[in-house]
Amino acid sequence: MTATDPTAHLTAEQIEELGRELDAIRDEVIAGRGEKDAAYIRKVISAQRKLELVSRGVLLFSIFPPAWLIGTAGLSVAKIMDNMEIGHNILHGQWDWMRDPKIHSTTWEWDHVSPSEQWKHSHNELHHTYTNVIGKDNDLGYGIMRVDEDQRWHPFHLGQPLWNFLNACFFEYGIAAYDLELGRNLSKRRRKNPEFRARAKAVGRKIRKQVLKDYVIHPLLSGPSFLPTLAATFTANLVRNIWTHSVIMCGHFPEGVQVFERRSIKGETRGQWYLRQMMGSANISGSKAMHFMTGNLSHQIEHHLFPDLPSNRYAEVAVKVRALFDKYELEYVTGPLPKQVFSAWHKVFRLSLPNKKPKVKTPDRERELVAA
Amino acid sequence: MTSTALRSRAWKLLEMVTTPLLPSDYLDLVSPLRAGADLRGRIEAVHPETDDAATIVIRPGRGWRGHTAGQYVRIGVDVDGVRLWRAYSLTSPTNRQDGRVTITVKAIPDGKVSNHLVRTAKPGTLIQLDQPTGDFVLPQVKPAKVLYLTAGSGITPVMGMLRDIEFDDAVMVHCAPQPHDVIFRSELHDLVADKKLRLTEVHTDTDGMLDIARLDELVPDWAERETWACGPAGLLDAAEEHWAAHGVRERLHTERFRPGIVVTGDGGEVTFSATGKTVDADGATPLLDIGEEAGVLMPSGCRMGICFGCVTPLKAGAVRDLRTGEITEAEPGVLIQTCVSAAAGPCDIER
Repeated sequence: MTATDPTAHLTAEQIEELGRELDAIRDEVIAGRGEKDAAYIRKVISAQRKLELVSRGVLLFSIFPPAWLIGTAGLSVAKIMDNMEIGHNILHGQWDWMRDPKIHSTTWEWDHVSPSEQWKHSHNELHHTYTNVIGKDNDLGYGIMRVDEDQRWHPFHLGQPLWNFLNACFFEYGIAAYDLELGRNLSKRRRKNPEFRARAKAVGRKIRKQVLKDYVIHPLLSGPSFLPTLAATFTANLVRNIWTHSVIMCGHFPEGVQVFERRSIKGETRGQWYLRQMMGSANISGSKAMHFMTGNLSHQIEHHLFPDLPSNRYAEVAVKVRALFDKYELEYVTGPLPKQVFSAWHKVFRLSLPNKKPKVKTPDRERELVAA
Repeated sequence: MTSTALRSRAWKLLEMVTTPLLPSDYLDLVSPLRAGADLRGRIEAVHPETDDAATIVIRPGRGWRGHTAGQYVRIGVDVDGVRLWRAYSLTSPTNRQDGRVTITVKAIPDGKVSNHLVRTAKPGTLIQLDQPTGDFVLPQVKPAKVLYLTAGSGITPVMGMLRDIEFDDAVMVHCAPQPHDVIFRSELHDLVADKKLRLTEVHTDTDGMLDIARLDELVPDWAERETWACGPAGLLDAAEEHWAAHGVRERLHTERFRPGIVVTGDGGEVTFSATGKTVDADGATPLLDIGEEAGVLMPSGCRMGICFGCVTPLKAGAVRDLRTGEITEAEPGVLIQTCVSAAAGPCDIER
């Protein structure tokens, strides 16, 4: 946590005015949603399905190295598209307005071991409502890492670069465990809770189906290419996991992103909520292809301000949002992917070691935000 | 193993291959009209009928079960990216050789779907279909004499009947503002020329609205005829009264296009149909709060409209989005976010 509050210069009126200006940006996009947007998501879904079909088809012959390479690359991209631009955004309800039951947050299931239903709860509800509030938003460090100087250090944290690396490789399982709140629920008493058991069962079913598909059925269909196909799907999952983990780390971990105390969100106004989203998120700069492959989570700031706006609109929204950052003299944390990933990892390493208490006494954030 | 069992085994295996999607999600990419797919149709042509009416030629998917003359079909059309469902009478004969069906649509002022279909729909577009339904149909046994009493687009189901079965003695009284507003006019006149139909056109711009008592003069034996009437509510109400007054109510068959009109206002009576509770709601309190206060088990999440954890079907009525003021009316498949929606008139929430 920085010693000074980067929003301290704003008055309460300014914060509410900022909120109104952001609402206006949102309303404009909503009023303009239409056929083009619907055509966009349909096109992306169709392209993803075709790419996956073709890649899986090529992998039937993965015994030949060029086929292995092409198939694995295609499948990796298809899996990334499924999780990022399609799954993440549909599950946010971004496309519910189309009233197409096949592209709807209540019916969509993704290529991921965490069932949609559970992910929606932990992500949409907990993470997006309590963004970066220590103790409320478990996305901060996923409960296995220390992410702020003010958090108490424990020898366990020495290993956090390793935990983070393992989490990146098996990210979808990490997410599933996280959605289940596995750590908290493993105590003898909680384990028997019927609600937890039902959810754990659902995850088990999903894992079984996913594993069966990727590591049994498709390799078997490949016949003599059994082992290469197995390796290909494993690689595609690994690539997808490391990629999504990297993108997601860039959303809230890089230097310059603020975290908040639990007390600071008591009685939060709409303007203050918006401000917290602005200060608690970071973007990734880059090309159109880059934005697409991150599922437009490269526009993390805009996504956190307006999680239910169609992802294809974040780029145009970003221009207006950035102007507001300038107007209100706030820091818009952004940078190219390598820089942001390095920054996030640097923090993970730095905070694995104990640090001195900041010399300047941290001002009481609650008082500041409320008085501001 | 029987072939059905074998097929279901094969399907199960396919599902394992495509999980978490279904095999149909992939098949839809190449063959959306195949047997076994969700019922859809493809618009193949749009023929203008009058200035504001057009006939849409649809090739239905393989699952289409066929219709009976006079029935209607619900279609789901994407207008500005939003899927909207409306019902239209089928106007094609049941034995059309090429397997296509037609609906004939009149653009009503501010009608999103009707204007879209008449003016902007393009051949090649996929639409969603339900199976045809409705009991505004001809009986198994042909009546000797029939009367069709229609107005405006009320002629559409009757056209389906006229094209389907020929009667020895058929009379039609049709109302439209002016001659050029009469949908299917030249075809009707051909039927008249072939002596298959006796037709009276009432042009309401010049003749005024049809006074039902004038039937005595237009069709003296109307009371002996089996009658099918379709048109605006005013005409149908008058007809029902008239037929009842003469003790021949059972000879009259009517079809109403718009049974319920949604009343929008500020607040209203909210019914939670799954629990059977009814409470009054103002126009400012989120339906989530209203439901919870009434003891209904409501799904909830962020309570600020961002997590979509509270979405619930709106079965009837209308709600207002508290953030944008936008009104959402009930339609099949419409889900609302209860945490940011308030009652805009009486409504029914499926909880």
